[in-house]
Amino acid sequence: MKLTLRVWRQQNADADGAMSTYEVDGISADMSFLEMLDTLNEELILAGDDPVAFDHDCREGICGACSLVINGGAHGPERTTTCQLHMRSFHDGDTIDIEPWRASAFPVVKDLVVDRSAFDRIIQAGGYVSVPTGAAPEAHATPVPKADADFAFEHAECIGCGACVAACPNGAAMLFTSAKVNHLNVLPQGAPERETRVLDMVAQMDEEGFGGCTLVGECATACPKGIPLFSITGMNKEWLRAGRKAAKR
Amino acid sequence: MTRTMWDSPLGKKTVMAVSGLIMLGYLAVHMLGNLKIFFGEGEFDHYAHWLRTLGEPFLHYEWALWIVRVVLVVAVVAHAVSAYQLSRRDIRARPTKYVHKKPRASYATRTMRWGGIILGLFIVWHILDLTTGTVHANGFQHGHPYQNVIDTFSTWYGNVIYIVAMLALGLHVQHGFWSAAQTLGVGSRTRDRAFKTVANVLAVVLTAGFVAVPVGVMTGVVS
Ligand code: HEM
Ligand code: FES
Repeated sequence: MKLTLRVWRQQNADADGAMSTYEVDGISADMSFLEMLDTLNEELILAGDDPVAFDHDCREGICGACSLVINGGAHGPERTTTCQLHMRSFHDGDTIDIEPWRASAFPVVKDLVVDRSAFDRIIQAGGYVSVPTGAAPEAHATPVPKADADFAFEHAECIGCGACVAACPNGAAMLFTSAKVNHLNVLPQGAPERETRVLDMVAQMDEEGFGGCTLVGECATACPKGIPLFSITGMNKEWLRAGRKAAKR
Repeated sequence: MTRTMWDSPLGKKTVMAVSGLIMLGYLAVHMLGNLKIFFGEGEFDHYAHWLRTLGEPFLHYEWALWIVRVVLVVAVVAHAVSAYQLSRRDIRARPTKYVHKKPRASYATRTMRWGGIILGLFIVWHILDLTTGTVHANGFQHGHPYQNVIDTFSTWYGNVIYIVAMLALGLHVQHGFWSAAQTLGVGSRTRDRAFKTVANVLAVVLTAGFVAVPVGVMTGVVS
C-alpha cells in the first residue's frame, strides 16, 4: 500500500505545531498502525530528519500507552487500541490524518505525545484500596456476589489510555474516573473508602481542568475496552450518595 | 452541602437537571391548560381567572400564581447560570479542535446550547407578549387572554417565533430529559429504553400540544 500521512508535528510543549505531509510506500495490510509509523520513522531517520514522536509500550492492547487520533477518531476507525489497529482497515492511496489527544488537561509534549499524568493524580486521589499487606488472605474470606464481580471486572478493563478524553467534545475525564470509581466501589474491599474515593477523585478530576459530561456518548464509542456510558450514571449516583452521607455527619 | 454543590461542576449539573425537570413539569401543565382554547373564549378566560383564585380562601388572590412564578424564575435563572458556567468550563477544557472533523452526536445533543439560548430569549419575549403585554400587537387587554392569543398568532412573526421556539423545546427536552436521568444517577442499561421512550414522547407531545394553538388560530379553528 502507498499512503499519504498528514501528521501533527510540534517540537516541544511551547512551540507552535502544524500538520506535515509524508508519503509512505510498501505498507502491508498485516502491519499494525504503529509498525506503519515505525516504517515512516526509519525513512525519516535515514534521511537525517527528526522521527515522529508517539507513545507506545506493550503493543498488545493492554497497557494504554498508545494514543493517536486517526482521521478524527481516537484510536482510529476500529474499536481497539492504536497498537491493535491494522493497516487492513485502510486502502491503497488513502490519506490518513494523525493528531495527538486534544484536551487542555493533556498538554502536548512533542508531536503526538501528550502528558497524561493528570490521570495518575486522579488515581492517587482515591483509585486504590487501603489493605494491610502481608500474607495473601484466604480467598473465600470475603465473598463477592457474581453480579458485583462481573460489574467490577467490566470497569476494571479500563487501561487509562485517555481515548475518552480525546473523543469528548468537552475534554471530560468522566468515563475514566467512573470506571475506576465503579470498579472499586462495588467490591467489599473498596467499601471503607467508598465515599471519600468518589468525592476525592471527582474533585481531582475537576482540579486538573477536564470538562464536564454533556452525555454526548463519544467517550463510550471510542473506548477500546467498551466501558459503557452508564458507568458515568453510576458515578453520578455514587457522588450524590457520598454527598448526602457527608452532609449527615 | 449547598455551597459544595454549587462549587462543583457535578453539583451544578445536578442543579441543571433538577431545575430542568421543574420547568418540564410546569410546561406539561401549561401545555394542557393552553389546549382549553379549543373549547372557546368563555372557558379559556374562565380557566385563566381560576389560576388567579387558585388556593383561595387559604391563599390570597393571585398568591398561588406568584408562588409558581417565583419557583420558575429561580429554576430558569439557576438553569441558565449553570449552563453558562459549565459550557465555559467545557470549552476551556478542549481549546484545540481536531484538523480532521468527523460528524458527531445527534442533532438534539449538538443543539443543547444554541437551543437553550433560543429558549431563554423566547421566555423573555413570551412574557413581554402575553403576560405584561409590552410587545403585544393590537393592544393588550388584561383579563382577556383568549383575544390576546388570537392577536399574537394573527401576526406572521408571532407564529414564526413561537413555532421555532417550540421545535427547539422538543429537541432540548429529548436530550435533556434522558440526560437528567443520567445526571441524577437513575439511568441504567435495563431502564434505558424506558427513559429514551419517555423523552421522545414528552418531546413530541409537548411540541405538538403547544404548536396546536398557533395552528388552530392560523387555520381559523380558533377565532
Ligand atoms: C433559559 C433557557 C435555557 C437555557 C439557556 C438552557 C440551556 C441548557 C444547556 C446548555 C443544557 C445542557 C447542559 C449540559 O449538557 O451540561 C441544558 C440541559 C437541560 N435542559 Fe435546558 N436550557 C434552557 C431552558 C430549558 C427549559 C425551558 C427546560 C424544560 C423543559 C430545560 C430542560 C433541560 C433539561 C432537563 C436538561 C438536562 C440536564 C442534565 O443534563 O442533567 N431547559 N439546558
Ligand atoms: S501500546 Fe499498550 S495498549 Fe497500545
